[in-house]
Amino acid sequence: MATDLHRPVKETLAPDPRSAASAGAPEAAVRVAGLTRAFDGRPVIDDLDLTLRAGEFTALLGRSGCGKSTLLRVLAGLDREISGTVLVPRRRAVAFQAPRLMPWKRVWRNVLLGLPGKPERAVAEGALAEVGLAERAGAWPKTLSGGEAQRASLARALVREPDLLLLDEPFGALDALTRIKAQQLVAELWQRRGCAVLLVTHDVDEALLLADRALVMREGRIAYDTPVALDRPRGVGSPGFADLRARLLTELGVEGGGGVEGKGRAHGGPGAPADEKPSVAAGPSGPGPAKAPDESSAHPRHGDAS
Amino acid sequence: MTISHAPPPPGLSVAPEKSSAPSRTPPDLQAVVPASVRRSRLRSAPRWVRRAVGPLLLLALWQVFSATGVLHPDVLASPGTIARAGADLVADGTLPAAMGVSLQRVVVGLLLGGVVGTALALVSGLSRLGEDLVDATVQMLRTVPWVGLIPLFIIWLGIGEAPKVALIALGVAFHLYLNVYAGIRGVDAQLIEAGESLGLGRWGLVRHVVLPGALPGAMTGLRYSLATAWLALVFGESINADAGIGFLMNQAREFFRTDVIVVCLVVYAFLGLTADVIVRILERLLLQWRPTFTGQ
Ligand SMILES: Nc1ncnc2c1ncn2[C@@H]1O[C@H](COP(=O)(O)OP(=O)(O)OP(=O)(O)O)[C@@H](O)[C@H]1O
Ligand SMILES: [Mg+2]
Repeated sequence: MATDLHRPVKETLAPDPRSAASAGAPEAAVRVAGLTRAFDGRPVIDDLDLTLRAGEFTALLGRSGCGKSTLLRVLAGLDREISGTVLVPRRRAVAFQAPRLMPWKRVWRNVLLGLPGKPERAVAEGALAEVGLAERAGAWPKTLSGGEAQRASLARALVREPDLLLLDEPFGALDALTRIKAQQLVAELWQRRGCAVLLVTHDVDEALLLADRALVMREGRIAYDTPVALDRPRGVGSPGFADLRARLLTELGVEGGGGVEGKGRAHGGPGAPADEKPSVAAGPSGPGPAKAPDESSAHPRHGDAS
Repeated sequence: MTISHAPPPPGLSVAPEKSSAPSRTPPDLQAVVPASVRRSRLRSAPRWVRRAVGPLLLLALWQVFSATGVLHPDVLASPGTIARAGADLVADGTLPAAMGVSLQRVVVGLLLGGVVGTALALVSGLSRLGEDLVDATVQMLRTVPWVGLIPLFIIWLGIGEAPKVALIALGVAFHLYLNVYAGIRGVDAQLIEAGESLGLGRWGLVRHVVLPGALPGAMTGLRYSLATAWLALVFGESINADAGIGFLMNQAREFFRTDVIVVCLVVYAFLGLTADVIVRILERLLLQWRPTFTGQ
C-alpha cells in the first residue's frame, strides 16, 4: 500500500497497533532520514534524521528561522521540493499559527472541508463540542474571537482522526490566559485520542508541560533530543522541571538558562514558588475522562515507557 | 527631630494647601451618549429616506428655476413637462417597447460578455499556461479603446442588432476578465495551503477556496461591467438605431423635444439604478461572510 506522497523516496505509513505489538519495537508515526530542503541553494534543513513514535507527544524547539515550520510543512506533505526519505501517516492534520479558516464557510463547514464523502453536520458539531465550541457551529469565522477561531481550527484538524497531528505554534497569537486553556485542551485531546503530536513552539515551559520528548533544532538538524520524564499532571514546579528547562535553554543558546526568558517572565531557580502557573496536563480532577498520571493507561498506543 | 527646611521668613504667611500636592482642577467630565439617543432625526430615519433627500432637493431646485424662467424650455424642459411627456410615451406604448428592445440588447450583451470574460479569467487565473496564453493577449487588446471599434463593427456586422450587442459584450468582458482574474490571483496563499493540508484536490481547491475567494473581485467586476454595458448601449444606439431608447432620443433631437430626451435619459438612469440594486442584493447575499467595514 505504498502511495507516492513525497517525491524522492515515498511510502505512507499507516500505523497498525497489532504489527507493532508483535514486533515488540515501538511503531513509528514518522520516519525521516537524510532530509534536505534548500531555499535558493541555502539548505534550511540539512540531512535531518527523525523518528516519532506513535502516540508520542513531541515538542520541537529552535530559534526563529531555524527551519521548524519548514520541517512541519514537509511532514504535512505541503512542501515536496525535498531530498531524502520521509514517511508519514496517511491520516495527518495540521493546525497553523493562524487559524486559516475559510472566511466564506460557516464554522461547521470549515470543519468538514476536505473530508471524503458527504459527512453530516453532526460530525462537525461533535468535533466542535470537543473543543467547547458546539454552539458556534453555525457562525461565520469573522465573528469568532482569536481563541475561538484557533479552537475551531483544532476541531478541523481533529475531525480527520489523524495518526499524526502537526501543530505550528498554535498558541502563539493567544493571550496568556487563553493560551493556558488551549494548552490544557490540547493535552486533554491528545490523551483522549492517543495520536502522535508534533508541536512547534518557542516556549520551553509549554514544551515541558505538554510533551513526552523535546527536540531542539539547530543548523538544519535535530541537535538535541531529550525525553521529558516528568510525572503528569505537571507544573513549572514539578521535580526536575527547572533542570530540564535550564538544559533546553542552554541548547537554545540562551545564556544563564535558569534565569529570565525572552518574554520577560522571570522564574527563580529551583527553589522558586512552584504554583505560579497552573498545571496543564489533564489530571484526574480535570474535565474529560479521568486519567491517572500513569501514562500507559492514558494513551494505549504509547508503547515505550519514557 | 531636625527640621531640614528653613523656617519661613517672618511676615510671609505660607498657605498650607500650596505645600501639599500641586492643586489640580477636577477633570472635565464628558458624557458618553448612547448611540440610540445621539442620533438626530435624519439619522434615525430609514436608510432609503436619507438616500432620497439629495435627489429630491435637486428636482425641487430645477422646478423652481424652470418656473421662474431662469431655465428656458428650449434648453431644458421643466420636471413637470418631462413627467407629462413621459406619461404620454408610456400611454401610447412607445416607451415600454423601446425599453424592451434596449433591455434585451443589454441582457444579451451582458450574458455574452460575462461568459467570455469569466471563462478567459478562469483559464488565465487558474493555470500558468493559461495565463501566458491569454493574459498578455487580453492586456494588449484592452489598450484599444473599445468605443473606437464601432466603425469596424458596423463594417463587419452591419447595422442590425449584432454590432450593438457586440459592443456591450466587449465592454463587459474586459471588466469581468480583469476583476475575476485579479480576484483569483488575490486569494490568500495561506488558505490554499490550509486547503491542501485538509486533503482538497485540485478541483476541490478551486471550488472551495479559489472561486469563493475570487467572488468579491467578481462582484466588483460585475458592477463595473454593468456601468459599461449602459454606456455601450448609449453609444451603440446613438448610431443607426431603428428601435430602442436611443432611437427615441435621436428622433426627439430632430424635433427639439428636450422633454423626451430627458425622459430617455431618466429611463437610462432608472435601468442602470435597477441593475445596481440587483448587484447590491447579490452582494449582500453572497458576500455576507466578509469582515469588512459597512459604515455607521
Ligand atoms: N518560501 C521561502 N523562500 C525562501 N526562504 C524561505 C522560504 N520559507 C522559509 N524560508 C527560510 O527558511 C528559514 C526557515 O524558515 P522557517 O519558517 O522554517 O523558520 P521557523 O523555524 O519556523 O521560524 P519561526 O520560529 O520564526 O517561525 C528562514 O531563514 C526562512 O527565511
Ligand atoms: Mg515558524
